[in-house]
Amino acid sequence: MTQQQARNSAQATWRANASALAQELWRDKTGLVSLIILVGIVAMALFAPLIAPFDPAAQSLSHRLTPPAWLDRGVWTHPLGTDHLGRDILSRIIWGARLTLLIGSCVVLFGGALGTAVGLWAGYNGGRTDNILMRIVDIQVSFPGILLILLIVSVMGTSVVTLIVVLSLTNWMVFARFVRGTVMSLRQSAYVEAAEIVGCHPARILFRHILPNLITPLLVLSILEFTNIVLAEAALSFLGLGIQPPATSWGLDIASGRDYIYIAWWLVTFPGICIVSLVLSLNLFSSWVRITTDPQEREKRFAHSYMSRRGKRS
Amino acid sequence: MGSYILGRLAQSGLVVLGVTTVVFIVTRVFGDPVSLMLPLSATAEQKAAFAHQIGLDQPLLAQFFAFAGDLVTLDFGESLWQRRPVIEVIADCLPNSLLLVSVALAAATLMAVLLGAIAALRPGGVIDKAISGIALLGLSMPQFWVGLLLILVMSVYLKLLPSSGMGSAAHLVLPAITLALTPLARQTMLLRSSMIDELNKQYVRTARAKGMPFARVLIVHALRNTWIPFLTLAGWEFILTLAGYSVVVETVFAWPGLGLTAIQAIQRGDLFLVQGVVFTIAVLIVTVNIVLDILFRAIDPRIGLN
Repeated sequence: MTQQQARNSAQATWRANASALAQELWRDKTGLVSLIILVGIVAMALFAPLIAPFDPAAQSLSHRLTPPAWLDRGVWTHPLGTDHLGRDILSRIIWGARLTLLIGSCVVLFGGALGTAVGLWAGYNGGRTDNILMRIVDIQVSFPGILLILLIVSVMGTSVVTLIVVLSLTNWMVFARFVRGTVMSLRQSAYVEAAEIVGCHPARILFRHILPNLITPLLVLSILEFTNIVLAEAALSFLGLGIQPPATSWGLDIASGRDYIYIAWWLVTFPGICIVSLVLSLNLFSSWVRITTDPQEREKRFAHSYMSRRGKRS
Repeated sequence: MGSYILGRLAQSGLVVLGVTTVVFIVTRVFGDPVSLMLPLSATAEQKAAFAHQIGLDQPLLAQFFAFAGDLVTLDFGESLWQRRPVIEVIADCLPNSLLLVSVALAAATLMAVLLGAIAALRPGGVIDKAISGIALLGLSMPQFWVGLLLILVMSVYLKLLPSSGMGSAAHLVLPAITLALTPLARQTMLLRSSMIDELNKQYVRTARAKGMPFARVLIVHALRNTWIPFLTLAGWEFILTLAGYSVVVETVFAWPGLGLTAIQAIQRGDLFLVQGVVFTIAVLIVTVNIVLDILFRAIDPRIGLN
């Protein structure tokens, strides 16, 4: 086989895999809907300057607390109404997606990298290294991150960077535990032993032979952690310990709408719906990814659909 | 058992030492308590006097020992905001937090057993799908938002329940529901899945084959075997709720507990109070962990073996 042919056939398998995956997604409607919502939210964040009808910070005191368009005093220039300073809620929601997604991605990236590194190291070396590292993980896991966050924010003040650092420092342990467990069991497998006997460098064994096994489960774990971070960021911003005005965030908008809850329900409702749809879609999508990439789960699902098809026919 | 408890206590002592060190490093080495706690208009002499008063002019190691000694004897200093010893402030609001957390968690645990068991009866059925779906939705909603929606519906529109503060039993309802939601969702999911596992096991079939009524199989056999993971999660939920969720929920409902106090202390730059609250919660968590560990060894003899 020439190189050209090999490349063609690799491309063909890749294409076949992609279309099989697309078909699978089409069949599972929850997975599909959640993916569409996620893509929508990401697009909203990326193209915020193009989509948003108003500047999210533009105040207009004569139009303050306008209700959503479908209510009596509502106007279609502000479909979701305006807040206590006359800022357009739709535009604030669109811009608010940006920091939420940015912080979530950074924390998953940094926390995930730290946790994976610690997990690989502890799992591969075993012995005393493993003992010490996992003891640290145990201790930190038994303390809710909010204590550390309260302490650090009270001393260093708030900023987006502090928020990312603090959330990364409180969310790496899950990755470490998971990676360490998998690495330990994979080390016993025949192909890793073979690679060791052949004389592979430990780094090559770790990154070439062990890490590829971890990619999909790590992806699922990252999505689940992402939901935790979105909720944590929203809660911290709500408490005044996270994102600070003039920046926009869904949690922050809910906090400022709280004072007007007796006269304007739409201030707290819409940003909250955004948080829920983001987190719920992430949860549903991660469960789709998990089921689709796990051979055992696939088999179960196949058997289930086969039985139900047979049941219908008879 | 005795030596196990001793070892566990020693280990917890180390953890408390670790927490003390982290609190010390974050507040004294990274932060600058003087400029944080004194007003901007303070003169250099005032700053120096304050630094001397809290021992900042000592060498770092001496500072650490003084600091650790103070914490261990529960002397957290004086709250600048409330003008009284920090320990008094904590003693006032800790019972409020514990009341809220225990009511919420007791309700959540009972409901979770009920809902989880019902859902597990017919996995994949309509009731199961409804319960699992609602549980997933419950996990996806931020608590502060649920709290605000409850205020919106129950207090603003229906005018049934008070929206904030503490006093009558009615004041407890909304915060407790809000606080219970996330633990309820998680516990329901866990009980459902471990119950399904148990119901598929051989001993259940044997018991049914002997002619034992299904309700008895469910309650006497299957439910008992789900206790250990369920109680482990319940203990963990207690910790998370006490030290995490309650901060948010107390803020939403202006419930005068530890969490609200911590947030207000941060807003006022009252470092000693924040420190005191963090240390108190940490010690509570360590205590809860020890109690749970010992409890589990007493319930389940298998745990002692490894």
